[in-house]
Amino acid sequence: MYQHTRLSTNRLGFFQKFRNFDYILLLCILLLGFISLATMYSTDGGEVKFHTKSHFTKLVVFTLMMLILSFINIKYWFSIGYLAYVVVIGLLIWTYLFGITSSGSQRWINLYFINLQPSELMKIFIIVCLAKFFHRKKLENVNSLYTILTSLIIILLPMGLVIVQPDLGTAVLIAISGIVVLWFAGTNYKYFIYTFLGFIISLPFIIAFLQPYQKLRVLTFLNPDKDPLGAGYQIIQSKIAVGSGGIFGKGFLKGTQSYLEFLPEKHTDFIFTLFSEEFGFIGSALLLVIYAVIIYRIIAIGAGSRSYFAKIFCYSFGAAIFVYITINMSMVLGLLPIVGSPLPIMSYGGSSMLATMIGFGIVMSARVHNQQLIA
Amino acid sequence: MINSSSDNVKKLNSINRRMFIVGSLKFFIMIGIVSRLFFLQVKENKKYLTLSDKNRIREWKLAPVRGEFHDYFGNVIAGNFEAYQLHVIPEQVEDFRYVIYRLKDLLELTDKEFNKVLKKKNQIKPWETLIVSDNLSWQKFSKINNHLYDLNGVKPVISISRNYPFKENFTHLIGYVSQANQDDIESAQVIKKNFVPGLKVGKIGLEKTFEEKLIGTNDIERYEVNAYGRRISQLEYQKGEKGKTLKLTIDTEIQKLANKLLKDKAGSICVMDIYSGAVIAMHSSPSFDPNLFVFGISQDDWQLIRNDPMKPLVNKTLQGNYSPGSTIKPIVALSALENGIINTNFTVRCTGKTEMYDQTYHCWKKKGHGYVSLRNAMKQSCDTYFYEIARKLGVDKLSETAKKFGLGEKVFGDLFDIEKKGLIPNTQWKKDALGKGWLLGETIITGIGQGYIQTTPIQLCLMTAQIANGGYKIYPHIVVDDKIKDQPIDKFTPLCKNSKHIKIVQDAIFGSTNEVMGTSYRSRIDNPKYQFAGKTGTAQVKKITEEERELDLKTFEIPYEQRDHALYIAFGPYKNPRYALSIIVEHGGNGSTTAAPMATKLFKLIIDRHKIRETLRNKRYLEI
Repeated sequence: MYQHTRLSTNRLGFFQKFRNFDYILLLCILLLGFISLATMYSTDGGEVKFHTKSHFTKLVVFTLMMLILSFINIKYWFSIGYLAYVVVIGLLIWTYLFGITSSGSQRWINLYFINLQPSELMKIFIIVCLAKFFHRKKLENVNSLYTILTSLIIILLPMGLVIVQPDLGTAVLIAISGIVVLWFAGTNYKYFIYTFLGFIISLPFIIAFLQPYQKLRVLTFLNPDKDPLGAGYQIIQSKIAVGSGGIFGKGFLKGTQSYLEFLPEKHTDFIFTLFSEEFGFIGSALLLVIYAVIIYRIIAIGAGSRSYFAKIFCYSFGAAIFVYITINMSMVLGLLPIVGSPLPIMSYGGSSMLATMIGFGIVMSARVHNQQLIA
Repeated sequence: MINSSSDNVKKLNSINRRMFIVGSLKFFIMIGIVSRLFFLQVKENKKYLTLSDKNRIREWKLAPVRGEFHDYFGNVIAGNFEAYQLHVIPEQVEDFRYVIYRLKDLLELTDKEFNKVLKKKNQIKPWETLIVSDNLSWQKFSKINNHLYDLNGVKPVISISRNYPFKENFTHLIGYVSQANQDDIESAQVIKKNFVPGLKVGKIGLEKTFEEKLIGTNDIERYEVNAYGRRISQLEYQKGEKGKTLKLTIDTEIQKLANKLLKDKAGSICVMDIYSGAVIAMHSSPSFDPNLFVFGISQDDWQLIRNDPMKPLVNKTLQGNYSPGSTIKPIVALSALENGIINTNFTVRCTGKTEMYDQTYHCWKKKGHGYVSLRNAMKQSCDTYFYEIARKLGVDKLSETAKKFGLGEKVFGDLFDIEKKGLIPNTQWKKDALGKGWLLGETIITGIGQGYIQTTPIQLCLMTAQIANGGYKIYPHIVVDDKIKDQPIDKFTPLCKNSKHIKIVQDAIFGSTNEVMGTSYRSRIDNPKYQFAGKTGTAQVKKITEEERELDLKTFEIPYEQRDHALYIAFGPYKNPRYALSIIVEHGGNGSTTAAPMATKLFKLIIDRHKIRETLRNKRYLEI
């Protein structure tokens, strides 16, 4: 119905594609990459060591990869939607069977050049898969039993595979990614309300079924001072680090909490703590602004896309990224219990960055091919 | 197509509506996170900054430098010296095994010492200091320094430690320091406050009494540390204060002479200024070298001291409860005069023994002294005379006078926790303590300082001093306090009703030393400058049986433990008395042959030193 000068079938030239790039988004991603590199340099104690080098390499490789992915037409992403999901499910099963065990959970696959964490990839591909699933669904069919059951299976299958690793944090994030798609696809509000109420009511039972260490985390969150050197240590030290940063921070490479090794997991989950300690409230707020711009651009791209698939993917991906950021920050600021969730781009970790960059690549592709219609 | 397009519009509307809801939600959540950040970083910043500093800054206290003891003339009698120590920080050593074995060779450590070091190493963290040796000789220290090229990570350190240059001379008076143990820390607040591992605190004597003044305050080093407690960098160094130096009234020369005189004997000598109460010398023998304790005494040395039959660990001056023997006679005489029992004309006939209350009481002279007056009885120490006046006087009146002169009471009050009170018996005491009535026979032997009566050497010295100064109360002290504290109100109050009585007793004591037939006549000094007056005493350790009395054994024929204690009290110079002393030699046999000759030597030195002391004192007043 929308007759446009440029038809969807028109092939875009290389430079046309290049011109279609969202340069604000690209700039923000590069800026974030630069900040994360500087922070990583700080976690290495002001020297270029393993983490900095590795992070730099990943950043360069995955950014290039993202750019290359941008050139792939959005319709191809649409067409491989189910396949990608099945492949990642396969990888998860592979992980379950032959994965590498580290600190008590079996999450990784050894690919010789990289240890891949398929659960991170699932965070993206579940969105792709569900976006494809709902692309052709008529609105009145969205709330049919068949649709809801199918989409629930799509969500619960990888969740189950991740929970057994065990990695509750990532499983929850995968679930949220999936549920977000359901939301945008138009699933009835009442389902969300019922689910939410049901979740609240069953919370005590869920806690009863948690692993002891997970239970401890929840209890510690509720009262971190109960065991300040044990379970509460991470959250207390993190709050001290952030709080002592003040308005302007302690200065680059001068964060005593991280420099003197009071901070746990400072490369990964607690990277924001270190950043916040060194750059203070102003720095943290700026970082949040960068993230906000990124999310805003993603949504804008979604809004500007002609295809329903691209729209639903962009909105969902934007929401998912927002959730990852929120959960990570709430965790280090003591607003949520400790769940292993990395801060996109900032945290050290190949798989997480790979997944995020693939996501950005698809978003960018949606931008480049925003006039593309998908039948 | 129309269907599908209308569906598309519916879908678009739905997704945009839902996007709007999510967008608003995101906005509020974002605001939530920012306000949390604001709360932590701006509002609560101070709190977390303090916590962060508490995390990263740690204080290390160093042992404070202990105050010194000086004698009256400013000689250091307990000071500090630089101890040569060897420290190793295990983590800084490349090859710990090699270094430690190399050190073992160089220091000639025994296997026992070596194992101790290894044990200590396992107890500490690798970045903490391991003290391999705490007091090296200069030779070994320089040897180590010469081999340092080979000993990576070994640090020769000079540290301050306690030193007693006069060794055994002041042991009982000053005491010694040693590593603080749990009891020390718990009993004294000041030790708890300043405690660092390896802190040395006073264990006995004045070192213990004046811990609070001597201990000083810690040097404090502030370091930045990491989460594991490893020091990263020094932030601050806060110099502590050295403990106060205490000046004593002691004259080292006289103290040394006292030590020399009592060499190889068990006993005590103390010398006192009769007007100021300043203790000039106070020595208990045998003594031991307090330096042995500073770095922990070896088991062998400790057993040697502990098992010595002469009991070096006992401060006999303060802890020794002895029967005063005849040295109590001046008090008995004074008490009798004061209570009007006798006058100078009162005489008693001594036949060598008297029968009273079905019991025979012997005079020390078998043949007896014949008719004796007070002066003669004192001079020759006639026991019969004192039996008689004690009988007439009664024990209660006697104990009253004795207590006035400082017997039966701690001389230094709280200064030494080990000081004994002695015992001046009376009828009430016996009823309370033993639940029996007082027997008159007990009064009689109390008159010659036997029986229940017990005194410490320092009490005898104080008693003599107060007789010598004309019967005025004084308070003995050892520490010179520059600030003249509120003196006790009753200082210099007269202790007797009639000063004539004191004169009579003084004169009688003078006779005892300076007239023919006097018990210590052989120890007299004729030169009036040094002339002194003294009273001998011989305290029986056990009751003499009739057979033994018949045998009349010489001192050396009796086993050591059964020999009498020899006592002597004296004051001088007689014309214008200034000093009083008491001497006791345990199992010395006889007061006149063992104890009195020591007084001769002592008085010569004491009087000679007096002038120097006075000059110094005047100078001090001029300076003020």
